[in-house]
Amino acid sequence: METEAAKMIGAGIACIGMGGAGIGVGHIFGNYLAGALRNPSAAPAQFTNALIGAALAEGLGIFSLVIALLLLFT
Amino acid sequence: MANDPIKQFQIKELAGPVNIGGLEISFTNSALFMAVAVGIVTIFLLVAAGRGALVPGRVQGVGEVWYEFIHNMVKNVLGPEGKPFFPLVFSLFSFVLAANMLGMFPYFFTVTSQVVVTASLAIFVVGLVIVVGIAKHGLGWFKLFVPHGVPVVILPFISLIEIISFLSRPVSLGLRLFGNMLAGHIVLKVFAGFVVSLAGYGAVGVVGAIAPLFMAIALTALEFLVSFLQAFVFAILTCVYLNDALHTHH
Repeated sequence: METEAAKMIGAGIACIGMGGAGIGVGHIFGNYLAGALRNPSAAPAQFTNALIGAALAEGLGIFSLVIALLLLFT
Repeated sequence: MANDPIKQFQIKELAGPVNIGGLEISFTNSALFMAVAVGIVTIFLLVAAGRGALVPGRVQGVGEVWYEFIHNMVKNVLGPEGKPFFPLVFSLFSFVLAANMLGMFPYFFTVTSQVVVTASLAIFVVGLVIVVGIAKHGLGWFKLFVPHGVPVVILPFISLIEIISFLSRPVSLGLRLFGNMLAGHIVLKVFAGFVVSLAGYGAVGVVGAIAPLFMAIALTALEFLVSFLQAFVFAILTCVYLNDALHTHH
């Protein structure tokens, strides 16, 4: 297989990892909303924590994007 | 490719190549927009705080909301010991926010889409955490890596995992900001490219180009949200990491 083709396939496979980040972020905000609807008065205090969790989960998906970009452009 | 989505991140020299001992220190478009970001924040806050009216006007109101937002965040996460770090967190937030927002203008350069900028900020933050932690608690700070109430058998593994997770912080902190801004701007450019190439196919293409045009508009709105959110996330993660340096009870 040509190196160039293998690189592109690898970049595509690496991007699958971003789907995992999507699932993670969706989980965090979904669960936050579920909790917020049960106890709306406690929700605003926890919104920051929800954002921190979303940022941490998203960061891991960004890693796979960076791997894909490294494969494509180096 | 005619509409290369990566070309917007190219660094250009604005004032001829300047070399000192093989080290290139030319004034580039990246440096220009960093200076502009700092200038905008400084001038805006000077104007906002200049009058100091008892009943704030519009500009002063924005300045006060901005200040209070970060002040409350630092107070909630770090407690009263975090007061000396408020200027740092405020500067980081303001710089990242201004750089992200400047990047949203067409033809403007996004400073935070350069990994060297975000990595420098992230390494500085984590280095500061180590320095402050050791200065405040001495060598006892390293108890951060040895959690309480863990059986001795698995303690080495837990410590190893804690150390690895600590060392991955500068990587994740820097790459998160970089990746978000880079990915957002590439997506914007790709959809803008769809509009241009579809419109090249005559009347049918022009009608078809309406869909990616609306997508590009929606994505621009999303990018403004991401710009703010990433600046906020960078600032609050700085606070959370500094919290480890100030309060070591694990």
